[in-house]
Amino acid sequence: MAKDSISARGDLRLTRITKSYGDFTAVDDLTLTIPKGSFFALLGPSGCGKTTTLRMVAGLEEPTGGSIHLGDTDITTTRPYQRPINTVFQNYALFPHLTIFENIAFGLRRRGIKDVKEQVEKVLNLVELPHLAERKPMQLSGGQQQRIALARAIVNRPALLLLDEPLGALDLKLRRQMQIELKWIQREVGLTFVHVTHDQEEAMTMADTIAVMNEGKIEQMGSPADLYDDPETAFVANFLGQSNLIKGKIDANDGDNLVVDLYGQKISMSKKRSHAVDNSLYAGIRPEKFRISRLGTPVRGNTLSGGRIEDVSYIGVSTQYVVAMPWGQELMVFEQNDDGVAPFNKGDEVNISWEPNFTFGLRGDEDVDAGTEVNPEELEE
Amino acid sequence: MSQKIKDASIPTIPVKARFSRWFGRNLLRIYMIFGFTYLFIPVAYTFVFSFNDSGKSNLIWKGFTLSNWQNPCGAPEVCKALGNSIKIGLLATIFSTILGTMIAFAIGRYKFKGRSSSNLLIFLPMATPEIVLGASLLSLFLVFKINPGFWPTVIAHVVFCISFVVVTVKARIASLDPRLEQAAMDLYANELETFRRVTLPLVAPGIAGAALLAFSLSFDDFIITNFNSGTLITFPKFVYVSAARGIPAQANVIGSAMFFLALAIVIAAQLVKRKRTR
Amino acid sequence: MSFPKVRVPYLLLLPGFAFLFTFFILPIINLAQTSTQTRVAGGDTGEYEQTLAFGNYIQAFVDNKEQFGRSFLYATLATVFALAIAYPLAYAIAFKSGKFKNILLVLVVAPFFTSFLLRTIAWKQILGEEGFVVPGLRSLHIIGEQTTLTSTSIAVVAGMTYNFLPFMTLPLYASLERIDPRTIEAAGDLYANGITAFRRVTVPLSLPGVVAGTLLTFIPAAGDYVNAAILGSPNTKMIGNVIESRYFKIVDYPTAAALSFTLMAAILVLVTLYIRKAGTEELV
Repeated sequence: MAKDSISARGDLRLTRITKSYGDFTAVDDLTLTIPKGSFFALLGPSGCGKTTTLRMVAGLEEPTGGSIHLGDTDITTTRPYQRPINTVFQNYALFPHLTIFENIAFGLRRRGIKDVKEQVEKVLNLVELPHLAERKPMQLSGGQQQRIALARAIVNRPALLLLDEPLGALDLKLRRQMQIELKWIQREVGLTFVHVTHDQEEAMTMADTIAVMNEGKIEQMGSPADLYDDPETAFVANFLGQSNLIKGKIDANDGDNLVVDLYGQKISMSKKRSHAVDNSLYAGIRPEKFRISRLGTPVRGNTLSGGRIEDVSYIGVSTQYVVAMPWGQELMVFEQNDDGVAPFNKGDEVNISWEPNFTFGLRGDEDVDAGTEVNPEELEE
Repeated sequence: MSQKIKDASIPTIPVKARFSRWFGRNLLRIYMIFGFTYLFIPVAYTFVFSFNDSGKSNLIWKGFTLSNWQNPCGAPEVCKALGNSIKIGLLATIFSTILGTMIAFAIGRYKFKGRSSSNLLIFLPMATPEIVLGASLLSLFLVFKINPGFWPTVIAHVVFCISFVVVTVKARIASLDPRLEQAAMDLYANELETFRRVTLPLVAPGIAGAALLAFSLSFDDFIITNFNSGTLITFPKFVYVSAARGIPAQANVIGSAMFFLALAIVIAAQLVKRKRTR
Repeated sequence: MSFPKVRVPYLLLLPGFAFLFTFFILPIINLAQTSTQTRVAGGDTGEYEQTLAFGNYIQAFVDNKEQFGRSFLYATLATVFALAIAYPLAYAIAFKSGKFKNILLVLVVAPFFTSFLLRTIAWKQILGEEGFVVPGLRSLHIIGEQTTLTSTSIAVVAGMTYNFLPFMTLPLYASLERIDPRTIEAAGDLYANGITAFRRVTVPLSLPGVVAGTLLTFIPAAGDYVNAAILGSPNTKMIGNVIESRYFKIVDYPTAAALSFTLMAAILVLVTLYIRKAGTEELV
């Protein structure tokens, strides 16, 4: 049956996967389905178990418990070379002793495929590096090595392509460019991509579906927009972009809406977006959803009054304000620089307002700092 | 889900796969045990026979005694030979470490005309069989009417130790991050201070390793020594010469003691290194 | 610094290279000169004059071609055996020893410190008539009453294999340890099973270590005479034994020099060809 696993196709299903190293549980009872043809991202800080999950799918680690299926085929314990799955390794792992051509031909030759030359040339054209075929990996730049690593994997037309922090070693500009290219190539070749990263922007740019992982478990899964607009936990709210989380109490139940009391000021929000389990909750608002207005100016939607501008940073496309509220909390506000309104100054007294629909609600017993202390850039391996 | 595939694959493949992986791992472990046993059989033999109550010829086991260890100079030639070997070893180590380290810095840190031919000159003594090194030096000494003996032996040892010192120290220099030196200069250290405060301390473990290597090469050398030492007896030479009529057990004592001493030095160095990195 | 920077490397090289020139290059030149001398007619033992007698080389080679052949055969065999024994050992230490890595490395070098002569003589005694191996094998009828283990060419090759094993293991370990384990994982990911991954990735990437290890074993083995002297018999004499006796017993310096020079030249040619073939220039 092992021979058959190589031709397996279909959705990838992880069922109750656990991986422990002694006392440490890297992946904890994880169940997940990745639909065929999707661009799926596993996002989380380092040590959250995302790379371990990827390595189990690749066959480089064996799960302590649970099963992995590709379509109807159980591949939990098959060897890496028996799986129709290829990996773009972190730092690429190109074979330093082989030419670029032979690196890409490696997998084809192992499977005894006939038209090696033709296929390698085709994929080199796809990644736009046909002129480098006879070079050695060491002679290539980081961006070129990245593309070759990708070419070496997709030339095999795997059922599943795994990308382990594939852009981690590139500089910011090149990373942005490669993100767009990767997305384009995925559409072009129509493979299932599973992408592991700690960079939330990267995950949001490329993936159709993101699973946010924390401490070996999936916190939340959904489209980038779902995760951003309606995070279910403080960890997701903080790890994906920034959030203002204000402690409050549910006052009244008004049809589809909730009336929430935030330190004596009443606001309203959609009931669908509340994940509170009792009366206490945190109201979450993204910084760019806030509008700042001077005292006396008419405003729409929810309003919190009594703010004072503490800090102003002009960053071109927007201006970032820190607004101190009467209850001692500082809120982060991003204002687009598009309305010709004179910027506010430090010390100005202001009101803050936003559309009620932009509010999300988290359980009142959450740790509001979850996901903030982890600075992904610092933890990069 | 297809129940058929699941049933067929789970009981057969994992067992087989796990077994082959277990076997693969442990085959190497078993092999490793055999390999190390092979390496240590003569060492153990030498150690055991250092307790032999053998008299002159230490060929057959005649009974256990501690007297060889209590009185390692019981065979006086052994101690004299050992003393010569240590003296020659120390001098050869000092000279070859100084000369070799200088060469290593020149080749490892500078780009200059003749760098590749310098590398070749360092490689050549290593590619020359010891017997040719020893014989050619002896011929030279004979031409200049210098009698073989202590100093010719020291010189001969320096010749073959230099290359090993250069290679060892060069490897250490190559692994240094050049930015450390740049950082030192950025922080107002001139070339000399940079070398003294940053480069040298970082290369020091490599130099120490090279010195240890030079000493052990010199101490254990027989072929080159045999050509250039004349009537001077070193420890390996003593062992070789007395092999025919049986080696006194005191030689086994010295050999075993050297083994444990070297082991202690290496382990102590490892412990210091671990403490520092902690 | 007070002197121009360009001169720094040359100043650093000067003492060492002056030393090597005097005590390595000059002796080799002198050796070449000695090799074409002939005996002074009616002179004392050891008195020779330069006559450019290149015939010395032919004479020396013809007289000793058997020992030459033996030297290269034994050295090749010892190198091959040492590689076969050391490769799995180095592989195990590099990839399978976890936190014991440093201890195992120390253990590879440790036997060094008991004088190699003592260890070679220990082998002689273990495998000799008074040792415990031969009587044991005889009583089990594995070997005949007349068969001996020492004084054979097998014993000489085995002794050399043993003595040069650490020289083979250390460079192999160094190059295996440098391999990024992810490249081996990548081979598995690209449909290579364990054996193919080993053959296509691990072996080629460890080639520099193989080249260094085989050179460090072959060169000293080809010039060795100690193993042959202790573990062998007159029938296992190597070229080293001949050179040694020409110097010390027969006092025939020109022949000894011609033999030494031939040995050195042969090794250099072989080494150059070998490095070319292996494509590893970084050693030099």
